[in-house]
Amino acid sequence: MSPPALVEIRDLNFTYDKRPVLQGINMTFPRGKLVAIMGLSGCGKTTLLRHIGGALKPNRGYVRMDGQVMHELSPAGLYAMRRKMGMLFQFGALFTDMSVYDNVAFQMREHTDLPEDIIRSLVVMKLNAVGLRGAQNMMPSELSGGMARRVALARTVALDPMLIMYDEPFAGLDPISLSVIGDLIRRLNDALGATSIIVTHDIQESLKIVDYVYFMANGVIVAEGTPDELRASDTDFVRQFMHGEMDGPVPFHYPGADYRLDLNLRA
Amino acid sequence: MTVINTIRGIGHRIINAVWRIGVAARFFFLTLLYSGNSFRRFHLIIKELFSSGVMSLIIIIVAGLFVGMVLGLQGYETLKRYGSESALGVMVALGLVRELGPVMAALLFASRAGSAMTAEIGLMKATEQISAMEMMAVNPIARIVAPRFWAGVISMPLLAALFSAVGIFGGYLVGVVQIGVDEGSFWSQMQAAVDFREDILNGVIKSLVFGTVVTLIALFEGFDAPPTAEGVSGATTRTVVTSSLAILMLDFVLTAIMFRGA
Amino acid sequence: MERTTLDLWVGMFVVAGIAALVFLAMKVGNLGTYNVSNTYEVHAYFSNVGGLKPKASIRDAGVLVGRVTAINLDTQRYEANVVMSIDKRYQFPKDTFANILTSGLLGEQYIGLMPGGDTEMLKNGDQIKQTQSAMVLEDLISKFMFSKAAEPAAK
Repeated sequence: MSPPALVEIRDLNFTYDKRPVLQGINMTFPRGKLVAIMGLSGCGKTTLLRHIGGALKPNRGYVRMDGQVMHELSPAGLYAMRRKMGMLFQFGALFTDMSVYDNVAFQMREHTDLPEDIIRSLVVMKLNAVGLRGAQNMMPSELSGGMARRVALARTVALDPMLIMYDEPFAGLDPISLSVIGDLIRRLNDALGATSIIVTHDIQESLKIVDYVYFMANGVIVAEGTPDELRASDTDFVRQFMHGEMDGPVPFHYPGADYRLDLNLRA
Repeated sequence: MTVINTIRGIGHRIINAVWRIGVAARFFFLTLLYSGNSFRRFHLIIKELFSSGVMSLIIIIVAGLFVGMVLGLQGYETLKRYGSESALGVMVALGLVRELGPVMAALLFASRAGSAMTAEIGLMKATEQISAMEMMAVNPIARIVAPRFWAGVISMPLLAALFSAVGIFGGYLVGVVQIGVDEGSFWSQMQAAVDFREDILNGVIKSLVFGTVVTLIALFEGFDAPPTAEGVSGATTRTVVTSSLAILMLDFVLTAIMFRGA
Repeated sequence: MERTTLDLWVGMFVVAGIAALVFLAMKVGNLGTYNVSNTYEVHAYFSNVGGLKPKASIRDAGVLVGRVTAINLDTQRYEANVVMSIDKRYQFPKDTFANILTSGLLGEQYIGLMPGGDTEMLKNGDQIKQTQSAMVLEDLISKFMFSKAAEPAAK
């Protein structure tokens, strides 16, 4: 039998304002693997990440990380658990009032009593890993989108987390930055021996780097498999999503009244 | 039906308002609870003292000087009718120390530093910086809110004292230097009439209360702002409006408690 | 901004603010001219204190020497008991005369002290025996009227 997975999600249900967002989600994230969660905008991917981070409580089911159920942890236990996680937010979420250096050093200063010269070496190493050692004195406002994302990545892995979550890491990047980030995500995961979860809707880039994919639509898992299995899949939804077809199981038209009635035409 | 709807609307608003006050009170309590960290790492407060205190200096000094000069002019014109120009110093000093210093400084502080705090925290929320901090297991109330709160509470009495001092100097410039009221009676009557505990200490207490309330409103509005551009701009406006009204109403209450019968 | 520059600015701000507070206390307020800890208390009975209030000044030859700390009605004598605290630097003879005076025509009332010739000085808790009450306008007018009314009868 294989070693227990780092994160297990079992029968997760979550309702927001009487609207079901997640319904009966089952997922497994084995240690050392890079797993992607894909789906359309608004299908509950980000909500799922917030459950893994312990920011939301499920209505039913649970998220178990490293043997502990997230929503049963005390606030102190939750904070201790979060120190083992890193999360890259959609647009980086760098602290705008601090320099690149201070952003990367932030968690080391908050959570450790390391002397400043050791923090300095660690920060330089992390920045070097993302290729931005030369930008350490810049402010976040002076960085391009791709650079900001790389700084945020360095900050995310500052304390060598065992679980790294990425919320739309490819959104709004040019093709070069895109493949740089994709490559970094894979390399950092393997170098740190971490487990990564990528929430994205960029199929081409993520299929190149991930080990396993879950497809979500309307709060349920509609397909899953390794990238090769999905490429060979003939499920309608996966085909539409993978090839960006306009119409299919996901209709082009938002449900509305009959077109002819809307135009005031009598049948 | 419309009557019932109106009543329902009123009830809804009242429930919302009470609920919001409750949330704000909880926010205040949490801020105090998580303040220990900012005193252990005092440079966090120093950084905020710069952006709320030092950055408000110019507006406070310029406004104080002009308010004092106007008081000098107006006071002289009024006192001249009763032949008691020598009481000009008393009038300027009491007006500034008791009322105008704390109130004007707090109003300026609300629009200068308070609105900046709301906008800054609102934007941090909109760009997910606060969520990011939470995911890094750092409490944003301890790390972002508490240092700003204490910086505001510390800045306010100092700014109000500067406002009053500069204002008295402005009154002196107009009254003594320009108009020619006797310098000796300007200062000596002032000293005889202004009591340390009764006037100056009460003014300091007022500005401490204003500082607490204004900073708290600014931080709460920022923390509570919807994470959108409209949300942040609306919260910034609410900070200035709410805190200005709160300052003026509290000023009445405090004045009634402090100076009645004295 | 550099940590040191930031510290410098904030330090200057705090020093300026405290300097303003000290200026208000010493130069604008009365903390500089009158020290609470170095005083002694005496009291005096007045048949009428007029508009005298606590914290009114006590002067000798126009110099501020103390403050009125309390005014009570003594129900044994039905006179006002005025407690004064006087700066320890100023000593007054036992037979000093206390007078309620008004500064200017409409100004506030204060207590004027007129030292006598006794060699013994007033101590803490002593009573000033000789006092003159405040001038009350109605009393003045009625005195004037009575004296006018009495004049023709004497002739």
